[in-house]
Amino acid sequence: MQKLDINGKVHQVDVDPDTPLLWVLRDVLDMTGTKFGCGAALCGACTVHLDGVATRSCTLPVTAAVGRRITTIEGVGATRAGRAVQAAWIAEDVPQCGYCQSGQIMAATALLAKNPKPSDADIDGAMSGNLCRCGIYSRIRAAVHRAAEHGGESA
Amino acid sequence: MSAPLDASRRGFLKAAAGVSGGLVLGLTLPSAARRSWAAAPMAPDAINAFVKVDRSGTVTLVMHKSEMGQGVYTGLVQLLAEELEADLEHVRVETAPVAAVYNHPQFPLQFTGGSMSISSSWTGLRQAGAAARTMLVQAAARRWNVPVEECRAERSVVHGPGGRHAGFGELADDAAALPAPDPKSLRLKAPQEFTLIGKPIKRVEVREKVDGSGRFGLDVRLPGMLRAVLARPPTLGCSLKSMKQPAALAVRGVVGVIELDAGVAVVAQNTHAARKGRDALAVEWQAPAGAPFDTEALRAQYRSLAEQESQVVARNDGDVRTALADSAARRLEALYELPYLAHAPMEPLNCVADWRADRLDVYTGTQMQSPDRAAAAEVAGLPPEKVFIHTMLLGGGFGRRANPGADFVREAVELSRKLGKPVQVVWTREDDLHGGWYRPQWTNRLRAALGADGKPAGWYHTVVGQSIMTGTLMQGMVQKGIDPVSVEGAADLPYAVPNLRVDLHTTTAPVKVLWWRSVGHSNTAFAVESFIDECAAAAGTDPLDYRRSLLTDKHPRHRAVLEMLAQKSGWGTPLPAGRARGLALHESFGSVVGEVAEVSMENGLPRVHRVVAVIDCGIAVNPQMIAAQLESAVNYGLSAALYGEITFANGRAQQSNFDGYPVLRIHEAPVVEAHVVPSAADPSGVGEPGLPPIAPAVANAIFALTRQRVRRLPMIRAGRFSVA
Ligand code: FES
Ligand code: FES
Repeated sequence: MQKLDINGKVHQVDVDPDTPLLWVLRDVLDMTGTKFGCGAALCGACTVHLDGVATRSCTLPVTAAVGRRITTIEGVGATRAGRAVQAAWIAEDVPQCGYCQSGQIMAATALLAKNPKPSDADIDGAMSGNLCRCGIYSRIRAAVHRAAEHGGESA
Repeated sequence: MSAPLDASRRGFLKAAAGVSGGLVLGLTLPSAARRSWAAAPMAPDAINAFVKVDRSGTVTLVMHKSEMGQGVYTGLVQLLAEELEADLEHVRVETAPVAAVYNHPQFPLQFTGGSMSISSSWTGLRQAGAAARTMLVQAAARRWNVPVEECRAERSVVHGPGGRHAGFGELADDAAALPAPDPKSLRLKAPQEFTLIGKPIKRVEVREKVDGSGRFGLDVRLPGMLRAVLARPPTLGCSLKSMKQPAALAVRGVVGVIELDAGVAVVAQNTHAARKGRDALAVEWQAPAGAPFDTEALRAQYRSLAEQESQVVARNDGDVRTALADSAARRLEALYELPYLAHAPMEPLNCVADWRADRLDVYTGTQMQSPDRAAAAEVAGLPPEKVFIHTMLLGGGFGRRANPGADFVREAVELSRKLGKPVQVVWTREDDLHGGWYRPQWTNRLRAALGADGKPAGWYHTVVGQSIMTGTLMQGMVQKGIDPVSVEGAADLPYAVPNLRVDLHTTTAPVKVLWWRSVGHSNTAFAVESFIDECAAAAGTDPLDYRRSLLTDKHPRHRAVLEMLAQKSGWGTPLPAGRARGLALHESFGSVVGEVAEVSMENGLPRVHRVVAVIDCGIAVNPQMIAAQLESAVNYGLSAALYGEITFANGRAQQSNFDGYPVLRIHEAPVVEAHVVPSAADPSGVGEPGLPPIAPAVANAIFALTRQRVRRLPMIRAGRFSVA
């Protein structure tokens, strides 16, 4: 039995201790907003927050998430930075296929929570682990800047 | 706007029930197109329609195209709402089932591809909107007992004399009782009357793509659904020799191991357990007889074939042999080589099948619903009308989800049938990159003879590579040994050359090939637009002026694109030290795109800073989506040009994940400036045409910078460049 604090709610799951958090979210709890892209910490599609820090859930054993505050795309809109990022994403019409976007939004939100006015280089540093096969990077960049400017107000 | 995209079975039943009141309208297609599908049986039920207006005033567009990022939901909503005069706030999208009415007007297939969704729906969907509006307006006129000419629709409301008005929802039942108008009697708006077409309308399904609620194929969850991964043949052509199940079955959560046509399925309660079970499975494979497949050996074979004239001739103007033999001419020759490529959509392949004795439901992100249904029916042992394909959002397609062979659907159906339970087959990224169906490897030989004026008097292009259509249900498109996609972009060279020959060696190889964004153009544009640049350099002429001098009045769109490109890119103006520009121009999918790339070298590797892209795609239905697609195509093409290749050694693909098959990251992506040539012509393709010019534009910029030609992709193969 593992006890997980996800988006402010406690969940009990019973899985093998080596099960990555990603598959607990997706297959046990049916929280499918967090995506599977590579399973090897190479693409960022599975990004969640662990105590506010952007973390790849595909390589994180569930036991390492016990006792930590887990935030996923389903819950990130409850935070000020998350709300701002989602609103900016809509304003800039960022998504294409949309599959990478949960991970992009989680990475951007973690960045803004600790660095409210990131430079382009800061964005590169925080976001270069998140692939977008649709190649919509300039809009991602613009949306991060927009979210930084508007804070949580524009939601 | 709300666009609930619930494509689940429940969603469909709900939607169908909602049809009990209101207006349901079958699509009307232009008469020329109608002929090709009229013979096909119509779907039997009431969902056979494109437009529904219910009593609440909600307009539903039954969506026959797959959304894979290209913005088709938004574009088609614009076409419909423009003529319907519907308020976008009240338009929703529902994915279509498989039915002949949803086939492409020219091909008897329900699919999304070839950058044709807007052009093939352009007349039909606007007519459907106009027909529905006409009926709603007529219903209002009758109700008020006023002449129909005195009524008009605006933003989902019909207005009449004396301030009378009624919402679409209030009129839906009355309208449904009226006969549908003859499409020929409908007057469609002229471009200057458009209020939605041409506007940068935001993506209709954007909200569910930022809050995690959008349902991709991999997100489908059914009660009692199991998960499976397959142990797939690790090398080309090998077959199962033996396997030992116990270790796999011992993994907690694993419920079964089942042999399938495509490999051995490990079935479990969750995906992780299935993967662990697969790791534990002891499988032995039998390698095929003969030398194992190797892409370097194939390359050598292609190079030698490229030296030989082929009797399969796609174009033959004048007398190229004589022109090339002219010893007074300046003669050039070059080989351009391109590798196999994987599509690597961000969402790995997957499919849910729910087989019952009397029906089959398939849930997947697919670009090819009707071939998928045919294949699923065959595997399921059910008639096609008992098979229901539920199209989910696609986490990228790029052609990989348009497989006439329905590979990822067949295996899931076979497994569900054998299990008697709903099951989701998940491809890992490694499965996806090893799993076959690649863009072909190609070699091109180009030869030219330049006359005294520096222009090509002769041009001879030999293409060597596998055919995509041969052996598929598109076999009929292969005429006289020529698969049109093998020579597209080569046989239709826009430049004026009096003696021109394009011929083709179609090869066979054990690698399965498929369309990859822009298909044959991804090859031919690299060869043609690099070689024309070589000709310009040999002639000592500016590459833009050179192209301009070879474009006659027969190609006004190319000329207009080139002029706009020259202006927008600042062609010929100074650049920061260490930067150079390269140019390419290419027509594909009915559109012409020109791109200028600005490139420098960082530690000897090309860095693309800025790309100016100009497109003529006819009427720009949504400039915002067009700009997004150009940027997407540039970055997708650039990933391939710089890094992308699938190589085989000992029959095995050498790339397994994004470390071996890199995709451009945010810090490497150029700024893409998109410009659209104003046009009143009917719309043409957008999703693919931005891709072909990028590789040659970058290669030509590298030449300008280093005097070194890149004739083989990916560019990292060339090692480090030094700036001249
Ligand atoms: S799925 Fe975790 S980084 Fe790719
Ligand atoms: S939007 Fe498609 S992968 Fe990023």
